[in-house]
Amino acid sequence: MRRIAIGLFLLLASTAAQAAGPLDAGTRQATNWTAIGMFAGFVALTMGITYWAAGRTKTTSDFYTAGGGITGFQNGVAIAGDYMSAASFLGISALFYTFGYDGLIYAIGFLVGWPIIMFLMAEPLRNLGRFTFADVVSYRLQQTPIRAMAATGTLVTVAFYLIAQMVGAGQLIELLFGLDYQYAVVAVGVLMIVYVTFGGMIATTWVQIIKAALLLSGATLISILVLSKFNFSVSDFLAKAIEVHPKHDAIMLPGPQVANPISAISLGIALMFGTAGLPHILMRFFTVSDAKEARKSVFWATTFIGYFYLLTFIIGFGAIVLVSTNPEYLDAKGALLGGGNMPAIHLAHAVGGDVMKGFISAVAFATILAVVSGLTLSGASAVSHDLYASVFRRGMVSDGSEVRVSKITTVVLGVVAIVLGIAFKNINVAFMVGLAFAIAASANFPVLLLSMLWKGLTTRGAFLGGFTGLIGAVGLTVLSPGIWVSVLGNPAGSAPFPYTSPAIFTMPAAFIVCWLVSTLDRSASANAERAAYEAQYVRSETGIGAEGAAAH
Amino acid sequence: MNRIRRNPDFIELTRSRKAFGWTLTIIMLLIYYGYIGLVAYQKPLIARPLFGSITVGLVLGIGVILSAIILTGIYVLRANGKFDELSRRVVAESARTGAPAGVL
Repeated sequence: MRRIAIGLFLLLASTAAQAAGPLDAGTRQATNWTAIGMFAGFVALTMGITYWAAGRTKTTSDFYTAGGGITGFQNGVAIAGDYMSAASFLGISALFYTFGYDGLIYAIGFLVGWPIIMFLMAEPLRNLGRFTFADVVSYRLQQTPIRAMAATGTLVTVAFYLIAQMVGAGQLIELLFGLDYQYAVVAVGVLMIVYVTFGGMIATTWVQIIKAALLLSGATLISILVLSKFNFSVSDFLAKAIEVHPKHDAIMLPGPQVANPISAISLGIALMFGTAGLPHILMRFFTVSDAKEARKSVFWATTFIGYFYLLTFIIGFGAIVLVSTNPEYLDAKGALLGGGNMPAIHLAHAVGGDVMKGFISAVAFATILAVVSGLTLSGASAVSHDLYASVFRRGMVSDGSEVRVSKITTVVLGVVAIVLGIAFKNINVAFMVGLAFAIAASANFPVLLLSMLWKGLTTRGAFLGGFTGLIGAVGLTVLSPGIWVSVLGNPAGSAPFPYTSPAIFTMPAAFIVCWLVSTLDRSASANAERAAYEAQYVRSETGIGAEGAAAH
Repeated sequence: MNRIRRNPDFIELTRSRKAFGWTLTIIMLLIYYGYIGLVAYQKPLIARPLFGSITVGLVLGIGVILSAIILTGIYVLRANGKFDELSRRVVAESARTGAPAGVL
């Protein structure tokens, strides 16, 4: 079962494997000046954009959601960018490289949540929300408990995801650029703080769009170069991969990743529905002007993400053919130089030399930067919009002071992320990401879905259901082998909860508690909340009264 | 608000959109879990070559990816046509009869 988690969140997982001890000098690459030069170019460009965005960021709406002025296509690219993290690019291509067919099972798991978001959630979400998904859940429920619950779910999800990204970033950059781990983590934290505090959502979105365009073009070019070596015959290409891979024919067989059906399905649930509960992804739906643009963004996001996973397939198999057979990329024992996440990077070198390798390394760094910026902005908005403005100040707050709190929170989150990134250098990052998805699927998704689609949901039901999912997901993960055995040092096989991912239990539990408590709730306020569904329903279906684009 | 609730266009909009959205959702779930089922219990089939070295599993997997893109595309096409037209009529009707938008 550990293998499943490790296989899944690959980049993070194998950095976790290395995390058993500090990286030894042998795995570290020489300082890569081509990559650093290209990355400096990216930073200069995005700083220019941040400066431009800062001039256009005047209101809370500009800061949180780019004033609703992002088009569906742009937002689709940005969502795809949020999804095409370094973990996906390096990790899934490494999964193809190592296990063959299993890579495809994971790529598909990451993708299939998107159609569901489209069919059930995208439009009501846009019609009901303003800045955060708590806006949607608390639309007709009591503000204080519901926003406190949603903000807690947001912050916990963001915290785990952010630590995972920071630790992954530090280790990856150390490998790719030859920079020290601490410097790498500080560099990521500082750049991210600058983007978010000065440029808000406008800068964050454009950084994400530029990065997505660079990553997609780089990956496309590598794939074309790989296939050109086989005159674009996919069959010949695969035949060669089967011939040279140590597992031969078996790379086309489903392997260890689906050995235990319950763990596999549980992980599938976490991936599929976790996507629909990730706060930084949900926030993107508020950056477009209306439901029609929201729906277009999901279509473009699905298209680009699907296309991207097809490229990772070619890249992973391409690395089997061109990297595993070339002693230049292997150490004395035949293992990949730099560790298990390096197939895509070495392949870039194999088909495009130092320039292509530098480019892909710089894009990988840019990817991490763009993803942590989006995460931090969603965490900051939960604090400033949900906790500060709505819970503590009861909505009696000016635009200026709300944005100020948000910027202060961004700096605090950035510093916390740097400190935790350094402190948790040796943590098992795979479980951090797994936990983030499982919490999103268990704590955020059920409450959000029911608040939009089910008339009967009441404050008590949502509050208890949300916390059931949150505490359940965190608790069961602590009791699972990944933490219980690997981190807490209990003997192997003694974990009270035997599966990798808790989502198969905690997501249904959250739904059941929401339903049961709401149904049994006979209070006057519950009746008023049920009655208020009618007005919410009209708005969620038609957009009448929804926030439009502000003066863009 | 009650006027909108009783508007036949609104009833048609919500009824047909709900039916369409859930139909596509169920199709996607069947495709995905059908695929996972084959992967978990029909491993030899997945590895069987179909065209040269291209296997059944590869064609199926890429098919699932394409089906996700195609289904979202179908939804967008239908929504941009029928649903937006109905929605536009509902909004226009509510503006004509003077329901103040802010109240909703």
